[in-house]
Amino acid sequence: MIIDILSWVLLSLGGAFVFIGGLGALRMPNLYTRMHAASLTDTMGAVLILGGIMLQAGLTLATIKLAAILLFLLLTSPTASNALASAAILSGLQPKEGPVRPREKAE
Amino acid sequence: MELLGLAYYWVFAIVLMIGFYAVIAKPNLIKKLIGLSIFQAAVFLLYITMGKVEGGTAPIFQDGISLYSNPLPQVLILTAIVVGISTTALGLGIVVRIKEEYGSIEEDEIQERDRQ
Amino acid sequence: MIIILFGVFLLALLVITALAIVRTDSLFAAVILTGIFSLLMAANFFLLDAADVALTEAAIGAGISTVLFLGALALTGEQERGGSKSRLLALGVVTVTTLIVIYATFDKPRFGDPDAPVHQHVGPWYLEKTPELIDIPNAVTAVLASFRGYDTLGEVFVVFTAGIGVLFLLSARPAGRPEDFQASKVPHQGLRHYLVPRVVGRMLIPFIFLFGLYVQFHGDYGPGGGFQAGAIVAASIILYALLEGEAQALRALPMRVLKWLVAGGALLYGAVGVASMLLGSNFLDYSVLASDPIAGQHIGIILIELGVGITVTGVLLCVFHAFAARDKV
Repeated sequence: MIIDILSWVLLSLGGAFVFIGGLGALRMPNLYTRMHAASLTDTMGAVLILGGIMLQAGLTLATIKLAAILLFLLLTSPTASNALASAAILSGLQPKEGPVRPREKAE
Repeated sequence: MELLGLAYYWVFAIVLMIGFYAVIAKPNLIKKLIGLSIFQAAVFLLYITMGKVEGGTAPIFQDGISLYSNPLPQVLILTAIVVGISTTALGLGIVVRIKEEYGSIEEDEIQERDRQ
Repeated sequence: MIIILFGVFLLALLVITALAIVRTDSLFAAVILTGIFSLLMAANFFLLDAADVALTEAAIGAGISTVLFLGALALTGEQERGGSKSRLLALGVVTVTTLIVIYATFDKPRFGDPDAPVHQHVGPWYLEKTPELIDIPNAVTAVLASFRGYDTLGEVFVVFTAGIGVLFLLSARPAGRPEDFQASKVPHQGLRHYLVPRVVGRMLIPFIFLFGLYVQFHGDYGPGGGFQAGAIVAASIILYALLEGEAQALRALPMRVLKWLVAGGALLYGAVGVASMLLGSNFLDYSVLASDPIAGQHIGIILIELGVGITVTGVLLCVFHAFAARDKV
C-alpha cells in the first residue's frame, strides 16, 4: 500500500518534470536555454519515473535492469547535451547575454 | 477495444499515405527515400496490429500465462525491418552517386541534365 | 480505458511526426525526426505485444538508419530545394487513396479478435509445438530460426547482397578508378577536440558491445536475436568511428576483416544447413546436429543466429564506412 502510494507520487512528479521540460523546450527563446530546459527531462524526469517503476518491481532482476538503464541514461544524456552545446558554439551560435526582448528595436 | 482497433487501422492508412505523398510529390531524392521508409513503417504497423490477441501477451513462454499473441506476423516483420534498412542503404548509395555525376539530387534538375 | 487513451495518444504522436517529416525543408531535421518516428513506432509495437519487433525497430530504425541517412546527407546536401509542380494532383490522389483504404479497413476483423483468420492456421500450431519440438521460451526466435529458417536464410542473403551492392557503388573513388579502400584525406576527423563525449563514449563502447552480445545469445530466452545484436554491435563500433575518426576506426577494424564478417556469417548459416544434410537429414533440419533432437535444435539456433548477427554487423559497418570514407565532390 505504502509502496503503491510512493510510486504514484514519484511517477506523477516525474511526469510533471517531463512536462515542464517539454514546455520549457518550446517556450524558451534560443538554443541554449531550450537545452537547459530539456535536460530536466533526462535527469529529474528519468530518475523519478524509473524510481517509481523500480518501487513497483520490488527486489527482482527487473529492478537491477532498471537501475542499469538509469545509470546509462544519466551518463549519456548530459554528454549529448554537452556535445550539442559544443557543436552550437563551434558553428557560431552565440548565447545571448542579458534579458531577451521579443523584438529588437533598431536603435 | 473498438475505438483502439479503428484508431490503429486509420493511423495505418494515414501514415501510409503521408509516406506515399512524400515519394510522389517531393522532388528531392533523399526526401523520397525517407517517405519510402515511412511507408514501410506503416505496413509494419498493420501486420503487427493484425497479430495482437486481446488479453494475450508477448509470445515468450512464461509460467502462468496461457494466451499469447500470434508470433507469425512478428517474425515476418522482423526480417522485413532489416531488409528495409538494407534497401534504404542501397538507395542512399545510388543517391550519392547521382549527386556526384549530375551535381544535384532534385528530380527535375536531374531530368533536365539528362535531356541535354 | 487508460490503455485506449495511451494507444491513441502514441498513434497521434506518430501521425504528427510523419506530417512534420514531410513538411520540413531541412533534410537534417527530417532525418532526426525519422529517428523519433522510429522510436515512436517501437513504442507502438511494444504496446501491441511485439517485443522482438520493437527491439529491432529501435535498434535499426532509430539507431543505424539515422547514421546512414546522416552519412549520405554529408555527401549530398542538407537543404531541400522545395516546391514541386503537381502538388495539388498528388494531394488529391493521396486523399482519395486514404479514404479508400479507410473504407477497406471496415472489413477487417475486430482488433484483438482471437477468432480472426490470421490466428487460425499456422500461428497456434507454432505456439503449441515450440515447447515440444524446440523447447525455448521465445516463440518468435523459434519460428524465425527453426520453423521458418529457410526464410531467414534468404533474408541474410538479402542483407549480404545489399552490403556488396553498396560496396560496388561507393568503393570506386570519385575519379572512377577503383582503388583499395582507404580512408578519406580530410585531416580533421572525429571528435578529437571534444573531451567529454570522447571520455564518456570510450567508457561506454565496451558496455554497448557487451549488451549486443547479451542480446545475441539471449535471443532464445527473451526478446533478442541476431538482427538486433548485429545492429547494436555495429552501433558501438560506429560510435568508436565517430569519436576517434574514420582513419583510426579503419585501422582498428580494417575493411578486409569486415568483408570476411559479411561473407562469413552467411557462410556459417549455409554451413549449418549443409552439415545437417551431410548428417543424413534435410537442409536446415537441426534435429540431427546432436544426439538429442531438442539439443540439436538449440545448437542449430545458436549457430545460425550467430551467423545472422555476424553478417548484419559486417554489412552495417561496411555501409557506414562506404559513406564515411568518401570525399565530398
